[in-house]
Amino acid sequence: MLADIAAVAGKDLRIEWRSRVTASQVIPFAALVLVLFGFALDANRPVLERATPGLFWMTVLFVTNLAVQRSTSIETSDGARRALLLAGIEPVAVFVGKALAVAVELLAVEIVLVGGVLVFYGAEIDDWGLLVLTCVVATMAVAAAGTLLGALVAGIRARETVLPILLLPVLAPVLISATRAFDDALGSVAVQGWAWLGLLAGFGVLNSGLGALAYGVLLEET
Amino acid sequence: MAIISLTGVVALLGRFPGLAGVDLTVEAGEVVLIHGPNGAGKSTLLRVCAGLLRIESGHGQVLGHDVRSERPAIRRSVGLLGHDTALYEDLTVTENLRFWARASRVEEAQVPTALDRLGVPSRIHDVAVRHLSAGQRRRTALAAVVVRRPRLWLLDEPHAGLDAGGRDLVDALVKDASSAGATVMLASHELDRTVDLATRHLAVAGGMVVGDHGPEVDHAR
Repeated sequence: MLADIAAVAGKDLRIEWRSRVTASQVIPFAALVLVLFGFALDANRPVLERATPGLFWMTVLFVTNLAVQRSTSIETSDGARRALLLAGIEPVAVFVGKALAVAVELLAVEIVLVGGVLVFYGAEIDDWGLLVLTCVVATMAVAAAGTLLGALVAGIRARETVLPILLLPVLAPVLISATRAFDDALGSVAVQGWAWLGLLAGFGVLNSGLGALAYGVLLEET
Repeated sequence: MAIISLTGVVALLGRFPGLAGVDLTVEAGEVVLIHGPNGAGKSTLLRVCAGLLRIESGHGQVLGHDVRSERPAIRRSVGLLGHDTALYEDLTVTENLRFWARASRVEEAQVPTALDRLGVPSRIHDVAVRHLSAGQRRRTALAAVVVRRPRLWLLDEPHAGLDAGGRDLVDALVKDASSAGATVMLASHELDRTVDLATRHLAVAGGMVVGDHGPEVDHAR
């Protein structure tokens, strides 16, 4: 199982590395969104500081949509999904491998975004541990849900437009929890950040569990 | 021993009946040519035999596994070349075949041999698939089937997109697989090319088998 997970994740990351889509398109897109949010709110600096955690995670959700679209299209473009079924590889391993690859790409984007909010928004970080753990846990939750929904829409012709309609509401609890935890990590609002991180971990486990259970069915049926 | 045994099999493509009651028995070592007009059900029949398509009614077995309840076991045992190549554009030829070998629990050491067998020149082994011609992709996809060493080969238009040399290689591959005891199901429109390759001809139309005879009948035509 671990070897299969490593094979799938390694394959997706190698494709990403070769195509440079994350580096040349996704990261610039994320930086643009962050800068434009900044332009929109810059006239009111306190509002920008207060909204920084939410803007950060909204940007991550937009990027997630792109990363999941890309991850899904890798398998749908030339019948690779069918070949995965024929290979007999466990669907759970495909799910975990693909979710891991999406998570790695998102974490790379988040590193750039953290730099962006420090430089462009003038944010200051009070609790690095909370910030890093929130990024890791929220990213896993987002990647798991995204990978599952990507498989759900894989057989739909208009999947590029259907995916965000499904993805954004499903990820709303993650957005809220991660934003609250970031509020504490950035010191912008006095909240119990670690408690929100615990809730976030619960969403992560839920999304991953659902994905592990349902991905095989979706791989068969879509 | 029957490798494929189907009785009254109906399979839907959406709401359209891709197969409308197929009865078929194929013995080990047979090379079966499936021919018929576009939309006749040739590819659908291959997909059912590969365990990729759920059947609506009827029953049957492929390689001793039930076509309803044991589709994953069927899939692991067959080699299917479909219309798609199932190759990742940004990976090289070797990386693609290594991934599929690993995923199929097959020795990666067989990859170079399979590529040689299909006449894929070593100069393109480390070239990304996106830079290959359609014929080179087709040969690479066939090599991925060879690596699996299947007991049942399901080939959908295997000569499509290949040059004369590639077509000869496919013919040799089918003959060798049959000699080694494997069973081959071959869907093709190219009757002239495949008439002597097969030991049995199935005519398919409207999702049903409408003719089942030896090659001598099509020869006479």
